Amino acid sequence: MGQDNRGLRLTWRILTTAIGLAIALAMLFPLVWMVATSLKPESEIVSFPPKLLPTTFTLDNYTGVWERLPFTRLFLNTVVFAGTVTVCSLLFDSMTAYALARLRFRGKGVVFVLVLVLLMVPFQVTLIPLYDLLAHLGWINTFQGLIVPRLTNAFGIFFLRQFLLSIPRDLEDAARVDGASEFRIYWRIVMPLAVPALLTLGLFHFMYNWNDLLWPLIISQDASRQTLPAGLALFMGQHVVEYGPLMAASVMTLLPVVVFFIIIQRRFVAGVATTGIR
Amino acid sequence: MTTSVTTAAKPVARRTRAGSARRRQARAAWLFMLPTLVVLGVFVVWPMLQALYLSFTDYQVFAPARWIGLGNYQKLLSDPAFGNALVNTLYYAAVTTPVSVALALGLALMLNRPMPLRGFVRTAVFVPVVISLAIVAIAWSFLLDPDIGLLSYWLSKVGIVSGQGWLRDPSLAMPAVMLVGIWKNVGFYMVMYLAGLQSIPTALYEAARVDGAGAWPQFRRITWPLLANQTMLIVILAAISTLQAFDQIFVMTHGGPFFRTETLVMMTYRVGFKEFQFGYAAAVSWALVLLIFVLSMLQTAYFRKRAVTY
Repeated sequence: MGQDNRGLRLTWRILTTAIGLAIALAMLFPLVWMVATSLKPESEIVSFPPKLLPTTFTLDNYTGVWERLPFTRLFLNTVVFAGTVTVCSLLFDSMTAYALARLRFRGKGVVFVLVLVLLMVPFQVTLIPLYDLLAHLGWINTFQGLIVPRLTNAFGIFFLRQFLLSIPRDLEDAARVDGASEFRIYWRIVMPLAVPALLTLGLFHFMYNWNDLLWPLIISQDASRQTLPAGLALFMGQHVVEYGPLMAASVMTLLPVVVFFIIIQRRFVAGVATTGIR
Repeated sequence: MTTSVTTAAKPVARRTRAGSARRRQARAAWLFMLPTLVVLGVFVVWPMLQALYLSFTDYQVFAPARWIGLGNYQKLLSDPAFGNALVNTLYYAAVTTPVSVALALGLALMLNRPMPLRGFVRTAVFVPVVISLAIVAIAWSFLLDPDIGLLSYWLSKVGIVSGQGWLRDPSLAMPAVMLVGIWKNVGFYMVMYLAGLQSIPTALYEAARVDGAGAWPQFRRITWPLLANQTMLIVILAAISTLQAFDQIFVMTHGGPFFRTETLVMMTYRVGFKEFQFGYAAAVSWALVLLIFVLSMLQTAYFRKRAVTY
């Protein structure tokens, strides 16, 4: 009987491990395919029947990326776009959140309701008038056109306000009695306490903008201002598809995000679990 | 003189000092919010209202806007392209939402208990969430290529053959982009479910086990009811995000073949930025707002309810 039970448990253990492994491989399969293809010579990529792993390895596809795409340019554009938006948005979001969570003033309720309403409206509805507005400003295909409309974000304000409400205010009240200015209290006392929330939000802002397709697709018109997702998606649509270099470029686009994610996985997953944002 | 004034008007002085402190705080608050209010006002609120206005005009990029009242909305109701995009959007949402949520629950239940390789499996399921959908959609297109794609080759081995390729087949293109959407998001909902599972007190399961309840009754009577809140939130979030499907559709099918995968966002993009009918495209995007607004109200109601219960 005990023997049977142990045997059953061992079978069950092997079974669940096998299922888990199968699920993991299935989820990773497109990424494995991407990496494997990027290392295959052209002849293997177009051969039939297709194979998952390369028989001969080559880095030709990686060097080939630069012959077909201004990859460095696209990469830098993406860094500038996602980086600037993240830093500025954290600053402006937190300043507004501080006012809403900590200061007393008339009209606070109205501002907060405005934030809540904007939280519900899908950004796609603003696309057309926004394009029109930026065209009038001469901001199409410029960094300011890409960045300025994203400098602040209703979700970021809401998220940080909720966080600030949850931390004690003793220190601030003491500083206020001592006559510290509101800016000093915000910068020296509240921001250091909010670092965990700022890191989580910063990650989401960075990831969202690094990965975004629709917005850079519309606001940028050529490679001088395109980001990687927009640049690669358009390259795929316009040319006879050369999957080797395209997969190599994709690997180089995804790699920073994946490495970064694996390093900070815990915080990131905790952020998703508590807020439900991505 | 100064002393006499201060002594005589002491209560008044204190009140004005408090008043001036309050005024200072109000001024600081508006200064703190100034950059946000300017950006939100100019680049979000104004365009939103402008979109509403444009939806009542026949604005096209190269001609000035003319007020046409409900013309665009009447056109929407009789436009087969809009009906098609609306049906596609709802079809996409109606399939991917429940499938993603059910898979996420299954994965969370499995990965909530100790098992070998648990961390690896969790990471593998979550990785698609953090990477660019537009970029992985390129790899998916390649996998489904009828001539050199590995996945279509494997599927043909088990008898699922599509001569023209999944993405060019009118009846298979939508399932293909749905599959990619589910693959991308399932890890996200799984993590939310894992958080929900971890908040259920283990004592409940211990008590159930003492009473001799098996796995299914435990799930049916403890896990599922206690996850009800989480499930509702996840379903609403999933529905909101699936109604905005765009990235993988743009890359894999561009709305084709024969508009079979054209969603509302895809249609807004085509009508607005390919055909430059800004007025009409604005009306299409307002239809999307209405759909999403209803769901968002549900979400707010849900949060309000929860705020009361706890």
